[in-house]
Amino acid sequence: MRKIYLDHAATTPVRSEVLETMLPYFNEKFGNASSIHGFGRDAKVALEEAREKVAKILDASSSEIFFTGGGTESDNLAIKGTALANRKKGKHVITSKIEHHAILESCKFLEKEGLEVSYLPVDSKGLVDPEDLKKAIRGDTILVSIMYVNNEVGIIQPIEELCKIAKDRGIYFHTDAVQAMGKIAVDVQKLNVDMLAMSGHKIYGPKGVGAIYIRKGVRIIPLSHGGQHERSRRAGTENVPAIIGFAKALELVNKELESQNKHQKNLTKAFYKRLIESIPHMILHGDLNRRIPNTLNLSFKGVEGESVILSLDTKGVAVASGSACTSGTLEPSHVLSAMGIDPAIAQGAIRFSFGRDNTMQDVEYVAGILPEIVQRLRSISPLYAKKE
Amino acid sequence: MYSAKVMEHFQNPRNVGEIEDADGVGEIGNPVCGDIMKLYIKVKDGRIIEAKFKTFGCGAAIATSSMVTELVKGKTLEEAKKISRNTVAEALDGLPPIKMHCSNLAADALQKAIEDYKNKRNAKDQK
Ligand SMILES: Cc1ncc(COP(=O)(O)O)c(C=O)c1O
Ligand code: FES
Repeated sequence: MRKIYLDHAATTPVRSEVLETMLPYFNEKFGNASSIHGFGRDAKVALEEAREKVAKILDASSSEIFFTGGGTESDNLAIKGTALANRKKGKHVITSKIEHHAILESCKFLEKEGLEVSYLPVDSKGLVDPEDLKKAIRGDTILVSIMYVNNEVGIIQPIEELCKIAKDRGIYFHTDAVQAMGKIAVDVQKLNVDMLAMSGHKIYGPKGVGAIYIRKGVRIIPLSHGGQHERSRRAGTENVPAIIGFAKALELVNKELESQNKHQKNLTKAFYKRLIESIPHMILHGDLNRRIPNTLNLSFKGVEGESVILSLDTKGVAVASGSACTSGTLEPSHVLSAMGIDPAIAQGAIRFSFGRDNTMQDVEYVAGILPEIVQRLRSISPLYAKKE
Repeated sequence: MYSAKVMEHFQNPRNVGEIEDADGVGEIGNPVCGDIMKLYIKVKDGRIIEAKFKTFGCGAAIATSSMVTELVKGKTLEEAKKISRNTVAEALDGLPPIKMHCSNLAADALQKAIEDYKNKRNAKDQK
């Protein structure tokens, strides 16, 4: 059976170029980067080259790049590490209602520790209003964290503008850029953010590795204590092969940013156009124009999401409902709820996220089978009358 | 994640539809997830002779709806009343733990349909 993967927002395959650069560091060059002998030095050199690479892409200095165990850990470090290090300055944190759970749960943890968190709303298009941020800021606000690109709907937030509001008032600004990397040219100087979280497996790199940019001078405490790794921001022997893979993956997606954006936008656009023509009562979630090129989040009125996913899966097509992490729960997506989407419609939301290996044939195939699937499910549904 | 039987009923659900002159209708919304099921039954001489459904819900919800319509056919109302969510889940070779609540939908809709039938009949008798 033909297999088509349209869930690149959940994870991506490791590119062969990335895998190749990683392999020697599992056995031939297996040294511990903290060792002073030749084996260790080889690993250390590779580690620092990787750091240099990442720093250059972000326009940061390499001493501001810290490798972590992925996007979740980077987010945790940013939120808990700065909030707890700056408790004397204040106890108020601002974030948005549509953040990834890595941010939301870190904030909930802070609330349990006695800090206060404001969760900014978004409009129906999924955007945070800078005026709302201004209003939420208090004298004791120490940190603002707003995601760059939302993982469920693909909406891009006005980070530069939001960041300026916080920075003008001397408040730290963190952004979760996990879904932005490889889709948007990210420059930490232009954005002026203090912290920025990245993940390897969303950019055709390995899982369980990521990084965080921490601007020089930001007061932050580590989450894990131990050796002096990562300049004491993250104790633990570095996962050298994964880090090298991450840096290589970032280098490649960055190099191909324009061509891939064009390619993936073409696919997304063609797909959307075909569906509009063939499926009535389809709803697109989020602003059509302020989105990354590869992601569409759609609801088909009267149809529940999991039943669409299962139907597509039996035909070899992989898509998601909202984010992969929330598919274990039954509540409708917190992102779509925050956007004010009717629960029955949110219940049916399907995320299609294209990738570099997808082709126009994939688009044709999926757009070809989807109308029939939707029609079948609608014929079973009590929420979709025939006459509509 | 789902058994082959669940997938089979999901892909080829039995008895989809509505019964225009149904003797009992049970509509139920699942408070856990917001899914909805509507079950129609036709009763003759104390036996369910026909059952049809419409469901807005996950794969398990559709499969359990289909299964419950199969299970009740030909049963007396007393027998049908004994059909629980476990009966339905077992008939489908089990459901993943997080999906057990889905079979409530089918079981509850059935009880409601039977109740509706009885209410309607009582109303008729009083006339
Ligand atoms: C926006 C966002 N933040 C954080 C994460 C977590 O990253 P990781 O899977 O590397 O922990 C993800 C992906 O799951 C994400 O989409
Ligand atoms: S998740 Fe709603 S009935 Fe299964």
